Amino acid sequence: MPSTYQLISSNVLTTTAASVTFSAIPSTYTDLVLRISAKTDRANANDGIKLLVNGSSASVYGERNVNGNGATAGSNGNANLAYGALRSGATGASTANVFSSTEVYLPNYNDATIHPFGSIQVQEDNSTTARIFATASTFNTSGAITSLTLNPETGPNFVSGSSFYLYGIKNS
Amino acid sequence: MPSTYEPIATTTLSTAASQIEFSSIPATYTDLVLICTATATTGGSYAILRLNPATTSTYSGTRLIGTGASAISNRETAQNALELRSDDGIGMSTSIPTFMQIDVFSYAGSTNKTVLASMGNDLNGSGGTSRIVGLCQNTAAITVVRLLIPGDTFKTGSIATLYGIKNA
Repeated sequence: MPSTYQLISSNVLTTTAASVTFSAIPSTYTDLVLRISAKTDRANANDGIKLLVNGSSASVYGERNVNGNGATAGSNGNANLAYGALRSGATGASTANVFSSTEVYLPNYNDATIHPFGSIQVQEDNSTTARIFATASTFNTSGAITSLTLNPETGPNFVSGSSFYLYGIKNS
Repeated sequence: MPSTYEPIATTTLSTAASQIEFSSIPATYTDLVLICTATATTGGSYAILRLNPATTSTYSGTRLIGTGASAISNRETAQNALELRSDDGIGMSTSIPTFMQIDVFSYAGSTNKTVLASMGNDLNGSGGTSRIVGLCQNTAAITVVRLLIPGDTFKTGSIATLYGIKNA
């Protein structure tokens, strides 16, 4: 039985970067998993990550999340966003050396259909800015996914030490 | 490092079906992961999960649901299946796939079986997302995993893959 959970590419920042892109993603897998440990240089607390599929910033992304901040639980929903929303990350205002963690699962990325994807974003920094978001998203455009771009929602940069790993999973 | 995340079986529906089943699951793994993207023929319905597939009232579950407007939590006990509800009454779409990630822990052991399901049903303006913890009070090793969609069928093109995870 073959190993099926394989690293496609990684990017561990050694300096600040405004964007990270995984391009020319091979079509040899069934699903993609993106795992991120990141922090932006935003001065205020909490910063999201924008996920652009195939570089698209068209208004074709949807989002439904459930979230908690240690005091209350909530939910947000958005339609026709210009990016896939990965909410609530660590920033320059976070506790030192604390990065937030994100996992994104993109099933059947080669299919010529609308693409649903799931994600979870967590930030625990021993302070009141800690949050968790579990999100269902859609990229409402058909066609195989060949690139993924990540930008800070506000930033403007990811800080050094942020890491981005793209894995492929085969179903055979 | 040994391979530890392996595909067991996959199915892509060539015709609409009332269920997706994986049987004769080997006991050689520690945990199971079921990945499914599915649409419904009629819509508005929910998938349910059965293991082995027991139909007695041995299932219970607790859900955390995000509707896009509020977070809610509810519970069911003594059911004949684990309901994989992903939202607050919208149900599965006929066109936008629902994404399900279902972990079945220690499936080959002799204790009751626990399940963690992550459900995504974003319909770009409606739908929802949920996390569900489930219990199946069945101490036998799980050899069959069955997804059903009561009152509806999974549409052609729905895809499900069962993976096994080894701890050694």
